[in-house]
Amino acid sequence: MTERITKSMAKNIYYGGGMFALLIFIALTFDTVQQIPKRSNQGQMTESVVAGKALWEKNNCVGCHTIVGEGAYFAPELMNVFQRRGAGDEASFKAYMQGWMAAQPLDIPDRRKMPQFHLTPAEVDNLSDFLIWTSKINANEWPPTIEG
Amino acid sequence: MKYSSQMVAKPYFIFALILLAGEILFGVLMGIQYMYGDFLFPLIPFNVLRMVHTNLLIVLILFGFMGATYYLIPEEAERELWSPKLAILTFWVFAAAGVATILGYLFVPYATLTEVTFNNLLPTMGREFLEQPLPTKVGIVLVVVSYIVNVTMTVLKGRRTVITTVLITGLIGLAVFFLFAFYVPDNLVMDKFFWWFTVHLWVEATWELIMGAILAFVLIKVTGVDREHIDKWLYLIIAMTMVSGILGTGHHFFYMGAPEYWLWIGSIASAVEPLPFFLMVLFAFTMARDSKIKHDNKIALTWAKGTAVMAFLGAGVWGFMHTLAPVNMFTHGTQLTAAHGHLSFYGAYIMIIFTMISYAMPILRGRLHGNCAKAQKLELSSFWMMNIGMLGLTLALTAAGIVQIMDLRMGTELKGFMESQESIQSIFMIRLGFGLLVFVGLITYFASFFVKEEA
Ligand code: HEM
Ligand code: HEM
Ligand SMILES: [Fe+2]
Repeated sequence: MTERITKSMAKNIYYGGGMFALLIFIALTFDTVQQIPKRSNQGQMTESVVAGKALWEKNNCVGCHTIVGEGAYFAPELMNVFQRRGAGDEASFKAYMQGWMAAQPLDIPDRRKMPQFHLTPAEVDNLSDFLIWTSKINANEWPPTIEG
Repeated sequence: MKYSSQMVAKPYFIFALILLAGEILFGVLMGIQYMYGDFLFPLIPFNVLRMVHTNLLIVLILFGFMGATYYLIPEEAERELWSPKLAILTFWVFAAAGVATILGYLFVPYATLTEVTFNNLLPTMGREFLEQPLPTKVGIVLVVVSYIVNVTMTVLKGRRTVITTVLITGLIGLAVFFLFAFYVPDNLVMDKFFWWFTVHLWVEATWELIMGAILAFVLIKVTGVDREHIDKWLYLIIAMTMVSGILGTGHHFFYMGAPEYWLWIGSIASAVEPLPFFLMVLFAFTMARDSKIKHDNKIALTWAKGTAVMAFLGAGVWGFMHTLAPVNMFTHGTQLTAAHGHLSFYGAYIMIIFTMISYAMPILRGRLHGNCAKAQKLELSSFWMMNIGMLGLTLALTAAGIVQIMDLRMGTELKGFMESQESIQSIFMIRLGFGLLVFVGLITYFASFFVKEEA
C-alpha cells in the first residue's frame, strides 16, 4: 500500500494536513472561549468561588479526587457532591462540608485517608461555594448518575 | 561513536533510568496505599505519592528525550554538538531542580510549598501533572530553551535531514505548549480547556514527532535500510499524527463545559489517532524484514519493534476504547482512564527511551557492536518482565474500571464510590503483583549493564 505513496506526497500531507487541522483548531478555540462564560455561568462566579478554586489548587485536592471527570481516581468525583451530599440545598451542603472537613482523617482502620488541611470555617465555605458553582456547569449531561 | 560530543548523552540516560526506578517505586507504594489506607499515612498522603510518581515520569521522559537528541544530532548533522558545555551545564541545572522539587513535595506540606515558592504571584500549582512550583516551571522553560538552541545551532551549521527537522519541530512544539502551564484562569472550565493544550498536545502531537524521529534514527542504524525509504515512512506517520492528534484534543472536551460540537469533532478526529501508531508497527516490522545488515545489537531492534507494538496497544487500542463520546460518557475519569494512561505512557515514551538507550549506551561505553550475548539475553528477559508486568497491570485496571462503571454508572442499584472500590480489593492486589513484576524487570534491566564483557 505504501509503495504508491512517494516521500513528497507524504511530506505534503504532513504540512498541508497539519496546517489545515491547526487552523480549524484555532478557530474552534476562539469560539469555545466565547461560549464558556455562558455554559459555566461565569456571572455567578463570586469572589468566594474564585477563592475556593485557589484553595482547591493550594491543597492539591485534585491529587486524590476527580472534578468534572479529571484528576485522580483514589477518591470520589466532586462535581456533583453538592447534589449527592447536600441534596441541592446550599445551607445543608455548607453545614455538611464544615463537619466533613473537620472530621478528617476518619478513624476507620485501613480505609483510604483524606488528610486534615486545617482550613478556617470561612475557607471551607469558599470551597463549598466553588463546588456549588462547579455543579452547575453545563457539561453535556455529565456525570451520568448521582454517584459520579 | 563518531563524534566525541555525543558523550554528553550518557549522564542524561543514566539519570533518566534512576528517575524511572523512583517513579516505579512510588507507583508500588501507591498501589499499597490504594488497599491499605493507613500505609504511610499521614507521613505521605496519596496526593503526594501521586505527584512524585507522575512528575518523575514527565521529567524522566524529558531527560530521555534530551539524551536521545544529544546522541543522534551530531551523527545526523555530521558535526560536533554546538556547545557540549551548555548541554552538561543544563544537565546539572535540570537534575538539581528536579531533585529539589521532589524533596519539596516529600518534606514540605503542599500548601506551604505554594506559599514559599511565590505561587501567589502567579498561581500555577495544584493542577494534575503541572504541580511543579513556579521556580521549577521557569527552570524547565530555561533548560528546554537552551536545549533547543543547542540542537538547532548544531543542525543549522551541519547537515539537515528529515529526522532532525521532525525532531526539532517536535521540540519547539513541546516548548510552546508548555507555556500554557503558566495560564491559569479563574474559571475552572477555561482552566481545564487550556490545561489540555499542554497535556494532550504533548503526548498526542509533539511528543509523537519526537518519538517518530528517534524510532526512525534507530531503525536506520540497526537495519541499514536506506534513508529515502525511512523518510517516507516518517513523514507518513507524522502526517497522520497531525491530521488526527490536533483536533483529537476534542476527546477531552466532551464533558467539561465546552460546546457540543466537540462531541462530534473530538470523536471523529481522535478515532483516527490509532492510525499513526499502527503505521509505526508496520514501519518497524517492514524495516526489520528488509534489513540490509546484520547488526550485532539485536536487542535494540527488539526494543524498537516492542515500542511500536506496545504504543499501539496502549495509545491506539486502549485509547480508542474510550474515545467515542457516547462511550466516554460512562468511562470518563474511571480506572479505565488510568489503565490507558499506564500502557500508553509506558509503551510509547518509556519504551522509546529504552530503545535509544539500548542502541546508544553500548556505543557510549566503547562496545561498538552492542553488548555481549549474555548481557543481551539478560536484557531480553527484562524486556519481557516489564512488558508482561505493564500489560497485566493495565488489564487489572481495565477490569477495575469496568466494575466501577457498572457499580456507579449503570442500572438503578447504584453503589457509592468508596463501597465499590472496597469491593474490588482483589483486583487492586493483582495490579500490585504485576507492578512488582515491572519493578523486578527494571532491576534485571539494570543488572544487564553490569554483565562482564567476554574478552
Ligand atoms: C509498576 C508499577 C506501577 C504502579 C503500581 C502504578 C500505580 C499508579 C497509581 C496507583 C496511580 C494513581 C491512580 C489514581 O489516581 O487513582 C498511578 C497514576 C499514574 N501512573 Fe502509575 N504505576 C506504576 C507504573 C507506572 C509507569 C511505568 C508509568 C509510565 C510509564 C506510570 C504512569 C502513570 C500515569 C501517567 C498516571 C496518571 C494516570 C491518569 O491520570 O490517568 N505508572 N500509577
Ligand atoms: C502515547 C500517547 C498517549 C498517552 C501518553 C496518553 C495518556 C493519557 C493520560 C495520562 C490520560 C489521562 C489524563 C487525565 O489524568 O485526565 C489520557 C486520557 C485520555 N486519552 Fe490518552 N494518551 C495517549 C494517546 C491516546 C490516543 C491515541 C487516544 C485515542 C485514540 C487517547 C484517548 C484518550 C481519552 C479519550 C482520554 C480521556 C479519558 C477520560 O475521559 O477519562 N489517548 N490519555
Ligand atoms: Fe488525549
